[in-house]
Amino acid sequence: MTQAAGDAPRRVVVIGAGHGGAQLVAFLRQFGFAGSIVLVGDEAGIPYQRPPLSKAWLKGETTLDKLAMRPASFYAEQKIELRSGLRAEGIDTAARQVRLSNSEQLGYDELVLATGSYPRALPLVAAGLGNVLALRALPDAEKLRAALAPGKRLVIVGGGFIGLECAATARDLGAEVVVLEKAPRLLERVASAPISQFLHRYHEARGVTVVVDASITAVEGQGRAEAVRLADGRRFACDSVLVGIGAVPATALAEAAGLACDNGVCVGADCRSSDPHIFAIGDVARRPHPLYGTALRLESVPSSLEQARLVAAAIAGREPGPPEVPWFWSDQYDLKLQMAGLPVAVDEVVIRGQPEGAGAEFAAKFAVFHLSQGRVTCVEAVNQPQAFMAGRKLIGSGKTVPAARLADPAVPLNELAA
Amino acid sequence: MPKITYISSDGAEHVVDAENGLSAMEAAVRNNVPGIDGDCGGMAACGTCHVYVDRAWLGKTGAAREGVERDMLSVTDGAADNSRLACQIALTEELDGLVLRLPSGQH
Ligand SMILES: Cc1cc2nc3c(=O)[nH]c(=O)nc-3n(C[C@H](O)[C@H](O)[C@H](O)COP(=O)(O)OP(=O)(O)OC[C@H]3O[C@@H](n4cnc5c(N)ncnc54)[C@H](O)[C@@H]3O)c2cc1C
Ligand code: FES
Repeated sequence: MTQAAGDAPRRVVVIGAGHGGAQLVAFLRQFGFAGSIVLVGDEAGIPYQRPPLSKAWLKGETTLDKLAMRPASFYAEQKIELRSGLRAEGIDTAARQVRLSNSEQLGYDELVLATGSYPRALPLVAAGLGNVLALRALPDAEKLRAALAPGKRLVIVGGGFIGLECAATARDLGAEVVVLEKAPRLLERVASAPISQFLHRYHEARGVTVVVDASITAVEGQGRAEAVRLADGRRFACDSVLVGIGAVPATALAEAAGLACDNGVCVGADCRSSDPHIFAIGDVARRPHPLYGTALRLESVPSSLEQARLVAAAIAGREPGPPEVPWFWSDQYDLKLQMAGLPVAVDEVVIRGQPEGAGAEFAAKFAVFHLSQGRVTCVEAVNQPQAFMAGRKLIGSGKTVPAARLADPAVPLNELAA
Repeated sequence: MPKITYISSDGAEHVVDAENGLSAMEAAVRNNVPGIDGDCGGMAACGTCHVYVDRAWLGKTGAAREGVERDMLSVTDGAADNSRLACQIALTEELDGLVLRLPSGQH
């Protein structure tokens, strides 16, 4: 895979100037790639971080300058041609050219697709309801921020990470919040039951109305959504609705170019697509994970960065780093959630610390370890950074640990992980 | 604008003119210093910004703070008493000349 410096490709084009794309071009320069780099993105302005959009930025606790991944001057300094506000509309894989929305044709030696994902739409919503919002990009966050104020009623459809983070932020801003989740529990696809149950109670204690098993029959109102109605007859009046029911990988460009796609662009462990000169990274890529074997499409900053590092190393002709344990974080109220690994073939679940408690004041600090044949495969930590770090290390090393010692808060975690 | 020197494990030096108000992680990322990726954007959640503060500067930066930062470092490979998470060091004029060393193996 590694190339001799002599035949390093001359021009790398990256489509999508989000987290993965913007980091990839920076890594290319860090790794000594000297050819030309073009970063094409359809959003206005310079690349920025999405995680704060549901947290610090929404709360007004951070600035646009801090939201940016790097200052505008960075791209010129590093000789990275940033083409913002332009969409890639077609790829001619035989001629190795990308067609942009201004009709320009960009030639490439290596192409990287980092087109991300976009919010799934709620089918019941009539077109043109201006107060039905989604959250992916900065303009979305600006609209949502304008909808949040003391006493404003926000109905959030979807109890996933984005829905719950926005619920927490909206409560901190004094809005009245209802979360409607169609599954029997919050975060059903991405967290274990103890975490779901804990967060359910925590949000309720902070004044959020949480409804699980919610079956929405109508979003009522003309011109504006006025209420959301459930099959059981309940009706939640609202000033705005936030839909957070998952994301769809942005594969249109790849599909039209004939690349293999199946819930994402299908890539190998090295992030190469079915065309040897096209890579895909981040939310849009479905990749056989080196630590798990199965093909996964992970939607997270750490995963997009791991893949950006991997592809930058391949293009720059440098040895790739070791595979990274997938992980994720989420901030809600004063809770810091950190999770690592995947709950694969779990035969034992261990809880360390105390998830119980009631009222708004209790100090939550606990972790859930998922074991498979005595080895940790997944850790979910709430306000327990040590458990997260130890779990991540144990998942990586595959060391066996006695469940009883993991569960015992008196046994130091650094000892267990060493 | 405080000048910060980052020294990688192979001895390479990166000197950066940092804006006041940034963290030592942000200043490194903005200048593409290899070895400080700041995956979590400064939330003290990832541990990819671990640095050793040059001992002469420890008095000014202080040691890792009680709570999340110390908790993260307590389970980080190679962490020592002068270890900090760079995202938790706020840069001020007072830190002009600060020297930070990077651990080996940090991508
Ligand atoms: C509100 C919010 C909060 C989040 N919080 C967290 C968190 O706490 N922790 C975490 O790990 N992850 C979080 N995530 C997820 C994380 O932001 C994504 O996984 C990450 O941004 C994925 O990076 P990416 O490069 O694949 O895609 P993106 O960052 O989405 O970038 C893709 C870019 O490509 C552009 N694009 C698409 N098609 C084209 C085209 N044809 N031509 C040109 N440009 C195109 C898009 O407009 C976009 O700018 C959050 C996401 C959101 C929306
Ligand atoms: S940037 Fe993630 S811990 Fe400092």
